[in-house]
Amino acid sequence: MSATIVSLPDQSTARIPKLNFLSKENGLLSWLLTSDHKRIATLYLISITFFFFIGGALAALVRMELLTPQSDLMAADTYNKVFSMHGLIMVFFFLVPSIPATLGNFLMPMMVGAKDLALPKINLLSWYLYVLGGCLMIYTMCAGGVDTGWTFTTPLSTHYLNTNVVPAVLAVFVAGFSSILTGLNFIVTIHKMRCPGMTWFRLPLFVWSNYAASILMVLGTPVLAITLVLVGLERVVHIGVFDPAYGGDPLLFQHLFWFYSHPAVYIMILPGFGVISEVISTFSRKRVFGYTAVAFSSVAIAVFGFFVWAHHMFVMGISNYAALVFSLLTMLVAVPSAIKIFNWSFTLYKGSITFETPMLYSLGFMGLFTIGGMTGVFLGSTGTDIHLTETYFVVAHFHFVMVGGMLMAFLSGIHFWWPKWTGRMYPEKLSQFAAVTTYIGFNLTFFPQFILGMLGMPRRYAAYPPEFQVLNVFSTAGATVLGVGYLLPILYLTWSLKYGEIAGSNPWQATGLEWQVQSPPLTENFPEIPIMDHEAYDYEWLERQQAKEVASVG
Amino acid sequence: MSDSTTIAGGELAEAKEAMVGEHAAHPAYQRHHFESVAQQFDATNFAMWIFLLTEVMFFGGLFTSYLVMRNWYYSAFVEGSHHLSIFWGTTNTAVLITSSFTMAMGVWCAQTRRKAALVLCLSLTFFLGLVFLCIKGIEWHGEWVDQHVPGLRFSQADFINPALDQDIYKEYHDRPLTGGMASKTEEYFFLYFAMTGMHALHMVVGIGILVFMLFRATKGAYTDGHFTFVENFGLYWHFVDIIWIFLFPLLYLVSRHA
Repeated sequence: MSATIVSLPDQSTARIPKLNFLSKENGLLSWLLTSDHKRIATLYLISITFFFFIGGALAALVRMELLTPQSDLMAADTYNKVFSMHGLIMVFFFLVPSIPATLGNFLMPMMVGAKDLALPKINLLSWYLYVLGGCLMIYTMCAGGVDTGWTFTTPLSTHYLNTNVVPAVLAVFVAGFSSILTGLNFIVTIHKMRCPGMTWFRLPLFVWSNYAASILMVLGTPVLAITLVLVGLERVVHIGVFDPAYGGDPLLFQHLFWFYSHPAVYIMILPGFGVISEVISTFSRKRVFGYTAVAFSSVAIAVFGFFVWAHHMFVMGISNYAALVFSLLTMLVAVPSAIKIFNWSFTLYKGSITFETPMLYSLGFMGLFTIGGMTGVFLGSTGTDIHLTETYFVVAHFHFVMVGGMLMAFLSGIHFWWPKWTGRMYPEKLSQFAAVTTYIGFNLTFFPQFILGMLGMPRRYAAYPPEFQVLNVFSTAGATVLGVGYLLPILYLTWSLKYGEIAGSNPWQATGLEWQVQSPPLTENFPEIPIMDHEAYDYEWLERQQAKEVASVG
Repeated sequence: MSDSTTIAGGELAEAKEAMVGEHAAHPAYQRHHFESVAQQFDATNFAMWIFLLTEVMFFGGLFTSYLVMRNWYYSAFVEGSHHLSIFWGTTNTAVLITSSFTMAMGVWCAQTRRKAALVLCLSLTFFLGLVFLCIKGIEWHGEWVDQHVPGLRFSQADFINPALDQDIYKEYHDRPLTGGMASKTEEYFFLYFAMTGMHALHMVVGIGILVFMLFRATKGAYTDGHFTFVENFGLYWHFVDIIWIFLFPLLYLVSRHA
């Protein structure tokens, strides 16, 4: 790891630019009423970190309870509430907005060469909706929580439980609109705000993957919204279309819910793909292999993603023919995902690879996402699914994709663009240590769960047979290591805000438009609107640029 | 990138007249992050279409539920629909289509800078929207009186013994539903209230925005070449109208083709 491409300005003379988006205005109101996409991204970053913290604490409680076979740390119904709240908060208040609302908000206008997103006020509104939804979720938790699981399964949620289903449903409903508005804003920005010369195939792949995720947000989330409205109505007036006691159809709920919630997992992972493309290219000094294939595979995932939802329902009584078709379609989604993994691997091939922190996280992502994705194919096969459904195998599978995939990508992206966002570097060795710790802790936590699932341990129970204890102890021990891995970045990134080295405008020697402006950027991003005259990831262009600069300064 | 021809009636030339302030090249209503008025119009208009797409998906969930329930409980849906008033339903359809016409005229008035006519069109649209809601209110009240409000005030008596309601019996000569199917009329009325209620909610929001636009239009807004808001609201209003065009046959005319 001796080789590095990091090039920082001379620390004795370097200064953070006096005029930037952080320093332009001061005071709480200048933040709360801002329409600057970078400030809104900062607000989002703070809020989702807060919810990640709550969700993480709940996960810690779950793992502690599962240390022993008996339900001894908390009562069984408390445990139900804890894992439900963990799921709800992590899915709707961390994973869905994680990369789009923070990194996406921050980068999208700069990557397409615009001064701001197309609808800045709508962008701010989306943050307020997120906060309102978050407050409702916290209210739900304070009022005693909800124990439906994050899936609100009917008629359990509408008929049999007396926990706070209505406030929880309302919270997700409101947060859903914040995600719709973010997606809408991205689509309009990408279509209408590109700078001169920025053709579709010159866009960074981060933009492509967020575009695909935005399509899913815009088309899927409203269906979840109306489904939750119907759940709420059914609970209040005690009649509705989901409760079989009144002639309703619980499967209808499953169809409507998963019509959103399966695409939602692509909402969560696609923006992560975008980060990986940027990072892998930058730290291998090569154009992403098969740019067009990677771009179109994002769109393909978005399209296929809408036609696989019933694989969540193989054991719920859908017809065999439906199961067959959905099983086939599910396996089709593996194709574009594999295209990405192969193309990133070929980008690494014969590249000049260096192992800075973002790259470590990205390589971790590639390994973990591959396992998560492949086990998804196991679950998509109807035969295996009947054995594995509702076991810890499923839990391990989606945590490999969501935590091993998305969270690693999120951390990779945060470390990659942190110098751009704040103008400062974080301690490199410590962050590399955190990345490795996360990787080890993650595997220790979730790999045993695959085995537990194969052995038949069901999910969502506080107690389990004693023979499963050894693997559960491994898993809880791993969760502790993982906790350290997540705490470290929060600490050193906060530290770096004041004490980090000055990063300069382009510490990684990356090619994106966002790296050609000062860090932190100006409120209007570019002094004048740029003209895109080269392909994305053109490192020769960057060298010529720098040679020109040296010549003109010299 | 942005196509200036999408702005109707050579608006660019007119926009130049509106130039004020320090940016000599920009009219005052151009937001700082757009390169041109044409780009601004394009972007906001496109955003409105995407928003309507999300609305289609939102109502899509309701229509799907309706489809499933109607297939299962067709005879209950037929009986349920017989208890709605075709007269009021048709009147409301006419009212709403007329309001779409006045709204379209309003957009045209804004584009051609006719302030008085714009205010008139918006007022008419506002008035027709209110008429629609009042008629809807009359119908809902009728359902309350007849005990057809699911969950709150519901009785299956009319469906087990259709002769109870002589007006409707004379017209349709409905046969009694069996106990199992009669209870499913509650599902019909649940969907009826969910769908018309969600539609009415969109009407209320629309009428609220209409009041805001009326207030601003009387002060000369929208007729200075910057009519994007009126045009985009027009799209929303037509969309809400179209939803009703689907709701009317699905809820009122279930067995009419026979």
